Amino acid sequence: MKKIVLMGNPNVGKSVVFSRLTGANVITSNYPGTTVDFYKGKMVFNKEDIEVIDAPGTYSLEPSNKAEEIALKILDQADLVINVVDATNLERNLFLTLELIEKKRPMVVALNIWDETKHLGISIDVKRLEEILKVPVITTNALSGEGIKELVSRLNEAESQEDIKQTGEEEKWIEIGHIIREVQKVIHRHHTIRDRISEATIKPITGIPISIIIIFISFWAVRFTGEVLIKFIFKPLFELYRPLAMIISNWLGSGFLHEVLIGKIIDGQIDFVQSMGILTTGLYVPFGMVYPYIVPFYLMLAVMEDTGYLPRLATLTDSLFHRLGTHGHGIVTVFLGLGCNVPGAFATRTLETKKQRFIAGTLMVISVPCMAQTAMIFGILGPYGLHYIFIVFTTLSAIYILMGLILNRFVKGESPEIFLEIPPYRRPNIRTMLKKTWMRVRWFLKDAIPFLFLGVLIVNILYAVGFLEWLGGIFAPITERWLGLPKEATAALMIGFLRKDLAVGMLLPLGMNPMQLVIAATVLTIYFPCVATFAVLLKELGVKDMIKATGVMIGTALIVGGLMRLILIGI
Amino acid sequence: MEDILTAVKEGKEVVIVKLFGGHRFQIRLRTMGIREGKVIKVVSRHPFGGPLVVEVDGREATIGRGMAGKIIVEMNI
Repeated sequence: MKKIVLMGNPNVGKSVVFSRLTGANVITSNYPGTTVDFYKGKMVFNKEDIEVIDAPGTYSLEPSNKAEEIALKILDQADLVINVVDATNLERNLFLTLELIEKKRPMVVALNIWDETKHLGISIDVKRLEEILKVPVITTNALSGEGIKELVSRLNEAESQEDIKQTGEEEKWIEIGHIIREVQKVIHRHHTIRDRISEATIKPITGIPISIIIIFISFWAVRFTGEVLIKFIFKPLFELYRPLAMIISNWLGSGFLHEVLIGKIIDGQIDFVQSMGILTTGLYVPFGMVYPYIVPFYLMLAVMEDTGYLPRLATLTDSLFHRLGTHGHGIVTVFLGLGCNVPGAFATRTLETKKQRFIAGTLMVISVPCMAQTAMIFGILGPYGLHYIFIVFTTLSAIYILMGLILNRFVKGESPEIFLEIPPYRRPNIRTMLKKTWMRVRWFLKDAIPFLFLGVLIVNILYAVGFLEWLGGIFAPITERWLGLPKEATAALMIGFLRKDLAVGMLLPLGMNPMQLVIAATVLTIYFPCVATFAVLLKELGVKDMIKATGVMIGTALIVGGLMRLILIGI
Repeated sequence: MEDILTAVKEGKEVVIVKLFGGHRFQIRLRTMGIREGKVIKVVSRHPFGGPLVVEVDGREATIGRGMAGKIIVEMNI
């Protein structure tokens, strides 16, 4: 099968073009480095199936991070290249275009974000550009779909320029200067309100207070929406379901099948959190407790991503993050990680060095709880008061900073500074945001449900054979004496490897006081990632670094847990 | 008068004269618009050794202070 590869600078809309060409859904945002892996899709052209590959963005064919290295590897497979170019930023985009032409692959140029050129007072002579580059140039607005048909219809005009001579960097810039003088005119424009907002949100004096307000409102809105959804929709739904579950329970009688499907009957009733059956806890944790928070969280994240706010936040937090051994772009791993640690771990690819990727990845799995876990922490600690939740998150933030300072000092390697393009603010498209949110929520459901069911099943089997009791006994010196928790909490820590949300739920039947719950929830975040995150991180960091990271995790969990016990409970 | 970019006050426009640093680093600067002959404006300077936000051709970029120190500019334009 023939292969078309989409190449271009970061944040020019390659993934949007890809979605338009193939109909496949991929995550798109308004910040450089959204795509860190390649995506494959199919399109039909001249009655022939063609594979389309969306590559991560790259500024040149000299890679400066792992995502760009991936882009170069994919380019080697290309039968045809679609070079997606930001029309509002033609000059610097042309460098990659010239490099690609010298690769002698058949190529077309998609001059994307064409509609914005008019607002910016930029006019480009597309015909002339075509003549100079000797490749078809098609203007597109991938977001609205304009120009995509023409792009497809002209793919067969793409030819490789076998006689092209290889030029050096300096010669390319000179040529670009000539091209720009001939094809582009820019009329000076006045400052708009968009420029003023941009300036206010990136200057420290105004930007830092604004960022605090934005983050506070965002997370407050997520919590509020989550609580409302639970109270008025999901709780009532499960109350409707309760009689049905009771009928199933009575029908099953007692025995192992009842234990697995329904679980324990507490005070003559099913307790959706504590019963620990597939049809009770297995359904209630994902739908009744986590899902209502996941949806508003991902909507909030979509607003942050699609407006272009994240790179500004990265700039404002850079001084701090650079001291922690990464740089401002590390905030992207934190934000994605707050949703799910898996995409957070992938996002470390946009960092330049091994040291930065190691630190960003390790810090995330130690102190960034995913939304599923956060929702459960709110669920079990919320009734005791918000200040208990506050202790958990303050401790985790302090660990992020403290461990960052330590790791930066002791991990060998370079930690280059931030170098990040700031995209213009864009009005987010509601449909794109809803689609993206739905994709992420669907991943959560697809990922969570099987693992939750498996988790519940394993818990029941291990209880039945007495393994968890045995394990609790072995680790009792650590859990009881060191962390001040009941020895049964060991079971929750073990299940945390499968699903952290289920593990937090398992703490509830142990009859702990709120301070013990605080310690358990914190340790549960730090000590080890869930299996899905572990697998990704292992791939990203390699075996050796993963062993080191694991040491850091377990060490931190023990030290922090012990200290919390001393401070919060006493000896 | 020539100086390094880190010496430029907030809001001032200067012209890029020369870039120092490794080959890849220079390519990266140029592909983000920061190259010889371009007018560059310092939009904001972040405290505690934080980055500079600069504007070239109407587009902004955040650049670490050490990197900015490798950009020589002409102050009087």
